[in-house]
Amino acid sequence: MDFFVDYILEPGVKIGVIVLVLPLLVGYLVLMERKFIAFMQVRLGPMRVGPHGLLQPIADALKLMLKEDIVPRGADRLIFIMAPVVALVPAFIVLSVIPFGPSITVPVPEALAWPPQFVEREVPLFITDLNIGVLFILAVSSIGVLGIILAGWASNSKYPLLGALRSAAQMVSYEVALGFSIIGVLLLAGSLSLVDIVNAQAGDGHWFVLYQPVAFVIFWICGVAETNRAPFDLPEAESELVAGFHTEYSGFRWSLFFLAEYAAMIVVASLMVTLFFGGWLAPFGLTLLPQSLAGIEGAFWFSAKLLFFIYSYIWFRASWPRYRYDQLMSVGWKVLLPIAIANVVLTAILVLFLEG
Amino acid sequence: MLQLVIFYIFATIAVVSAILLITRRNAVHSAMFLAATLLSVAGVFLSLRAEFLAGVQVIVYVGGILVLFVFVIMLVPTDRVMFERRYNRQGRIALITAAVLVGELVYAVIQGRDAFVFPEEALEPAVEGNSQWVGTVLYQNYLLPFEIASILLLVAIIGAVVLSKKSKPGGENAVEE
Repeated sequence: MDFFVDYILEPGVKIGVIVLVLPLLVGYLVLMERKFIAFMQVRLGPMRVGPHGLLQPIADALKLMLKEDIVPRGADRLIFIMAPVVALVPAFIVLSVIPFGPSITVPVPEALAWPPQFVEREVPLFITDLNIGVLFILAVSSIGVLGIILAGWASNSKYPLLGALRSAAQMVSYEVALGFSIIGVLLLAGSLSLVDIVNAQAGDGHWFVLYQPVAFVIFWICGVAETNRAPFDLPEAESELVAGFHTEYSGFRWSLFFLAEYAAMIVVASLMVTLFFGGWLAPFGLTLLPQSLAGIEGAFWFSAKLLFFIYSYIWFRASWPRYRYDQLMSVGWKVLLPIAIANVVLTAILVLFLEG
Repeated sequence: MLQLVIFYIFATIAVVSAILLITRRNAVHSAMFLAATLLSVAGVFLSLRAEFLAGVQVIVYVGGILVLFVFVIMLVPTDRVMFERRYNRQGRIALITAAVLVGELVYAVIQGRDAFVFPEEALEPAVEGNSQWVGTVLYQNYLLPFEIASILLLVAIIGAVVLSKKSKPGGENAVEE
């Protein structure tokens, strides 16, 4: 019974919540993006479906599900079908190690008895706490690139292939600087586990962004590039490549790519919150709710910080024009990477002298 | 018991996809089976409680090397590759290599644990702090082999740069599209 509750029921419920909530969240992020960009451009944005367009995501999801599913004749059918799944699954798996908050206490029926006996059960607000957390995220999210490359290749068409090549080159390049920018934080926290990293920032509210501002800026830039967002959205530059790697995809398969992209955005933003902004910790040691509701408050602060960074993505997209491809590569390799390595060396020396 | 079941699941996937990897004619399909093999090897590492190794296996092989493989394969038109002469017609060399490999494997299986020389500390069960432990062993006990390996890699990188520098666009050895 304990085995069932600990290893099947509890993770199962959490996974179910994430799998159900994430698509809904993504739908409303899209609405948020359309609305905010519209406001920045002095437009109204979607207004027709529901009050102020609030039901637009649901209408869009229904439309995508009902659309005809087209597989091009020259496409490699199996890989064409597999590619969106390969892109989507890693983005979801990664969410399993992200700590959304500390523990909450939930009444759980003790055994299969009637009337049910409830016991208080401490449930942490993350699926699992791996001791290789950060490494796990980097490893699994690097599989997502494969989905994009495969989609571009399997479409058997020129624009998708070019888009996929760009995307792969970009993601592989920026992954390097991204990895190096994380190392500074790891040196300070002394652990790869995301929960340990948050706990290491708990003392007096000293978030790692104060110690690692350079690493944070590099991580922010690389995070935008990793998720193929503007101003680094060259893989899907519509003026040159139609829609990049997903040109030939339609209907539900296309929406899987869309979901993967937004899920990756959420993952990068939550990594940013966890690594640099104290995860679920309240700013300035501010506590609004009593200790018994600490879990809910933690989740609130996490979501608030998360939304700020997601907003920053939208803000970037509305503000900056797209990079040129050679600029993108030279910024990644010649500017961000050397700075990130210098930051790692400096941090290592400082940690050695101040703590050793 | 559970560990054994998990091992056999991953091992079966690894072996079957390794066989498919060398028998497919389409290079991209081969690459996919390579991905399946590498991921299930990572799974075997996990079942041996070597989380760090599993993570590194995925990040280096699937995220790095395989992506570069597919990157290159994609640039080659598939219909031409289908009719190209392949490297699997060298029966004699293959037979010798395979025989040596099978010999090694048989020796290892018969000898069991005695076939390998384990350093003393490696026999400790790696339960807590896997990555710290790997770091300590790699950078303290085996620093020299580690440095030798990194110098080898550096030489290979410089070699690759020199080779690719040769073909200047518009120069004598210009790359033909």
